[in-house]
Amino acid sequence: MTEYRYVGKPRRTKEDRRFVTGQGSFVGDIKCRAMKHVALVMSPFPSAEIKSIDASEALALDGVHYILTGTELENATNSLMSGLDLPNYQRYPLASKVTRYAGEWVAAVVADSRYIAEDAAELVYVDYEALDFVVDPEEAIKPGAPIVHPEIGGNIFFQRKFEWGAVDDDFSSADHAISYRARWSRNSTVPIETFGVVAQWNSSEELLDVWASIQMPKYQEQIGNALKLSSNNVRVHYDVDVGGSYGVKRGIKHSVLVGYLSMKLGYPVRLIEDRLENMIGGDAHGPDRIFDVDMAFDGEGIVKSMRMRALDDAGASPGRAPLQLGKPVTAIVGPYRIRSVEYEAISVSTHKTTQEAVRGFGQSPTNFAIEAGIDKVARFLNLDRFEIRRRNFIEKDEFPYEIPSGTSYDSGDYHTVLSKTEKLANISSLLAKRDRIRAEGKFAGIGIATCLEPSGGNAGFEPLFNEKNPTTTWMESCQVKIDLNGSITGIIATTSAGQGHESLVSTVIGEVLQRNPASIRITRTDSLASLPSNSPVGSRMAIMLGGAAQGASEKIRKQLIRIAAHNLQMPVDQLEYGNGDVVTIKEPKNKIEWCELIEIAHRRYHDLPDDMEPGLQARHVWEVPTGGSMPTPDGKVQMYPCYSFEAHIPLVSIDPLTGQVTIHDYYIGHDCGTQINPHIVHGMTYGGIAHGIGAALYEKFEYNDDGQLLAGTFMDYLLPSAHEIPKVKMVDHCTPSPLTPMGQKGSGEGGYLGAPAAIASAVNDALEPLGSEILTLPMRVQDIEEVLCDAI
Amino acid sequence: MSEQYLKKINVTVNGVSQVAQIPPRMTLLDFLRDELDLTGSHAGCEHGVCGACSVIHDGAPVRSCLMYAVQADGCEVTTVEGLSHADGTLSILQDCFCETHAMQCGYCTPGMLIAGHSLLQENSSPSEMQIVEAIGGNICRCTGYRQIIEAIALAASRLKEAS
Amino acid sequence: MKAAAFDYIRPDTLEAVLEALDRAGDEGRIIAGGQTLVPMMAMRLVKAELLIDINHIQTLTGIDTSAESLSIRACTRQAEAAASKEIINNLPLLAKALEHVGHTQTRNRGTVGGSVANADPSAEIPIVARCLDAKITALKKGSERQICAGNFFYSAMDTALEDTECLTEIRFPIWNEEVVGSGFHEVSIRNSDYALVAVAAQLATDSGGICTRAAVAVGGCAPAAVKIDAVGKALVGRPLSDTDFDEACGLVVEALDPDTDVHATAEYRQRVAGRIVRRVLEEARAEVYEARNE
Ligand code: FES
Ligand code: FES
Repeated sequence: MTEYRYVGKPRRTKEDRRFVTGQGSFVGDIKCRAMKHVALVMSPFPSAEIKSIDASEALALDGVHYILTGTELENATNSLMSGLDLPNYQRYPLASKVTRYAGEWVAAVVADSRYIAEDAAELVYVDYEALDFVVDPEEAIKPGAPIVHPEIGGNIFFQRKFEWGAVDDDFSSADHAISYRARWSRNSTVPIETFGVVAQWNSSEELLDVWASIQMPKYQEQIGNALKLSSNNVRVHYDVDVGGSYGVKRGIKHSVLVGYLSMKLGYPVRLIEDRLENMIGGDAHGPDRIFDVDMAFDGEGIVKSMRMRALDDAGASPGRAPLQLGKPVTAIVGPYRIRSVEYEAISVSTHKTTQEAVRGFGQSPTNFAIEAGIDKVARFLNLDRFEIRRRNFIEKDEFPYEIPSGTSYDSGDYHTVLSKTEKLANISSLLAKRDRIRAEGKFAGIGIATCLEPSGGNAGFEPLFNEKNPTTTWMESCQVKIDLNGSITGIIATTSAGQGHESLVSTVIGEVLQRNPASIRITRTDSLASLPSNSPVGSRMAIMLGGAAQGASEKIRKQLIRIAAHNLQMPVDQLEYGNGDVVTIKEPKNKIEWCELIEIAHRRYHDLPDDMEPGLQARHVWEVPTGGSMPTPDGKVQMYPCYSFEAHIPLVSIDPLTGQVTIHDYYIGHDCGTQINPHIVHGMTYGGIAHGIGAALYEKFEYNDDGQLLAGTFMDYLLPSAHEIPKVKMVDHCTPSPLTPMGQKGSGEGGYLGAPAAIASAVNDALEPLGSEILTLPMRVQDIEEVLCDAI
Repeated sequence: MSEQYLKKINVTVNGVSQVAQIPPRMTLLDFLRDELDLTGSHAGCEHGVCGACSVIHDGAPVRSCLMYAVQADGCEVTTVEGLSHADGTLSILQDCFCETHAMQCGYCTPGMLIAGHSLLQENSSPSEMQIVEAIGGNICRCTGYRQIIEAIALAASRLKEAS
Repeated sequence: MKAAAFDYIRPDTLEAVLEALDRAGDEGRIIAGGQTLVPMMAMRLVKAELLIDINHIQTLTGIDTSAESLSIRACTRQAEAAASKEIINNLPLLAKALEHVGHTQTRNRGTVGGSVANADPSAEIPIVARCLDAKITALKKGSERQICAGNFFYSAMDTALEDTECLTEIRFPIWNEEVVGSGFHEVSIRNSDYALVAVAAQLATDSGGICTRAAVAVGGCAPAAVKIDAVGKALVGRPLSDTDFDEACGLVVEALDPDTDVHATAEYRQRVAGRIVRRVLEEARAEVYEARNE
């Protein structure tokens, strides 16, 4: 394996220092002169006709400047983009004629302070006429159900059945088959910072400046389209620290709303969601899925084929929800050698809050559904759950391995990672511990989940689900420049939400140029000054931004070598780059040092090779490895180049009196290829596990039969605290990706992609002696207690 | 300001006496952030659950979203900005947070530092359980808490070495 | 999430507080620790024209113990109470309950009186107040009254306190029997959540081990904490055997009529309450045995 100087070494990150001193710059910290504040009026009804809005009393309040209604906004702007081909469908930031979920924004108040804006919001009187509504996705697709969007002609946003391989034959020739339903309830990433945006219109320059806690690809173009501006009239500032995102910080409706208000009113306008606006009306919920699965297998536990129907409750507008049924196509068989698959994806609309992209983009629920099946097969055959996985794993020498849906997995060594994890967990003593707890009269179980993290994708789910969207690239860019004094600056074009992009890029540049990353400044520029970027979605930045940074630095390195070659009158292949100097291989004394090379580049044009531009700068826009091809007619597609792998082994116990789950131990083995910064990779994995534990046990956006969200605050939506998260022990493995410059793969979704499945597996192992199981997440105390009650 | 009521207060924040005229309904958090530009304390929930707004009030860690600024009249408040040394160097705890990478997005970090700092003031060698207890009212969505716990434990041992 | 406008005063004396309350009528409201009130106001579920801050009234903090009772003045911080040796020594049941109250940062600010006045159905201090039949002192301009905990709690933020009254003190009786044991346990989803079910119990026996007094109160299973009087009746005069406990737990389940909410169903609360009462009675009995062996 390549020896690196900085890559893979435990180094302090560049970002942490500003955060520990309270000097991060989050959107809530941005202040513009004469800035006004927005509060929202939310619909109390899941579905209602808006008959009229009386804002006179609110407007009369001292300090209130404007009340914007949906009708005005709709007349003045273009519809927000939808990922699907839905010709008659339109979406605007505020409801105008009807509301489609309880909490939907109906009007926006602009005032001197957020306090006054809230005073006024209470005084906006909306005359509603309640309409029928539906919140159960299976009810929603029955004939006669209330229709969320009549213009679409029904409650199905998207439905497609794929068949890859001889599914029927494989089922009929298999020894056994099982069927089950697995339920992943609505939850989300729920960052501690809500979404916020500040917009400032400069009419003389015709420029809309935008600061937002954003993680949104093609953000400025979307704002431009909606506001009828060319997108070079929109400047998005990327030097905003984002207080957590994990997918959901898309905020396009917020941004268009605030942008419009700033243009209309002429002063800077800011909207920082409060927690209620965020949870109830922020359109940031996540997948809400019912899986119906059949698995066919032989007597040895080899899974031959799978049929999976995934019905997802997208909520009131398509958002990114339907496309989150698309990503799992790329890892639909998990790490297993299943040779045929039928996959039906159905995206249904109901009168609930809209979904946004959530960590894993639909993969974590799918992994849970697959893993539940593998455990069930093991139980059916009375086989060990670890053994059955080993039997079904793709072997390490089979890579690149093409799965039925047309995706080729780049590399992996699943057997080794699992056995390393088992060793870390000391399985035999863990089993003994489980049995000891059982002997005390509690229920105890060990979980196992072995899951993939597809990373660095090209958004191939877009053309797969919408033929009119021919996206086959999802490029990322980086610029590197070295100034006259030899100082190195990397320029990137994205906000960060804790992924450590500055650390990543400085490490990669430092590695290539052999300069200390601590001395390299990374700046996050704005959408006008930058090259294209697609934001940190889909576990892509180590791969894509890392690749772009590497490409740009290598160009500079080549340039330095060429300058030296020209001045030393030597052919390039007889020179070597070392620590910034260029030396002749045969005679190391014969060299040109860093300072002089830089001086030549910046001042001594007469010493530069003829075709070389002065200065030292390079830019690189990197295309996704394996990107560039459209799906086949039967829906085979390569969306993601790299596949990270994780094996989770938790031990849990259940209090028989209360159904409370305690996680005693948690082991994970993780392979994301070359790690650029192990601190960052480990941190994200720990965090992903905690997030996954939340999804498995605590977190749910529960709606009642009246269509009201019951979990709109942190009192009711339960994020795990330090008390609930066990001391996770981790072992790394490195199977480099052959597709990336340093062998790196993605890791931003690590932990989360397997933890829900692993906890479910552990709880079900605990319930095994009772002959019971739970396949609905979260497994809440009341659900577990009920199962215990029924069984005993 | 178009506020109905206004009160004058005098609060000592990070050692500096601050006099201001504010509406009584303004939370201490908003006062620190909007009036004093001390934006290190963060709003996560504004209803007392997440701990991102934690500050030290008359020696004890509290949630600044659950106090009105008028209530702090005559009191002393320390925010994350007040944890570093006067010359700008990091406190041992802050340095340990950097050492173990006890954060990702940094949003919960000021609250975690306040919680950790208060713990170490009272208990120079906290057990892991005591650390968990001390940060148990602060939610972090990024880290899964492990590297935060490590940072506080590391700081405890470094503080002991230093004294 | 910002409160509606209000005026604010910070009197120095209790008299001034009562005077202000009297003048403000139903438009005034006391703020002590604010750990419940401030979020309610932020969500605009509660509004007030005037907040009267009682945090600076010296006479409202402190703990006093006599042979018969332990009194906690309203503005005593929960953190202070949790650390109080007087409470640990004289009222172990309350000490056990206080361990479960909130977390460091809310305990530092939250007060004992606030917890009682806000009457959350699963808050720990009201459960103990019910269990032990604490007396709550309420003052208003020109008059003072004692309210028995049994008549005090209606539902969350709804109590026998009148708009113009200020809660000043909670007096917990101390049981002076020779042998006393107590237990407290709560079931919550996350460590520091409000309890789904919380149970406080205290038992006294004579030297022969026969129960002379028994009290059990349950939180989280009704609009307010409830004391299950039938349990006391069932256990007194008995040797506290497992069968006695089984019988008592049956009575508990019968006496409760919980609601379903987003965190747990009514059935869950009811079933679990029975089991937790059992657990807590056993804990109290173990203490009784221990005391007798000493
Ligand atoms: S913002 Fe104060 S506790 Fe969340
Ligand atoms: S570091 Fe992001 S919430 Fe803690």
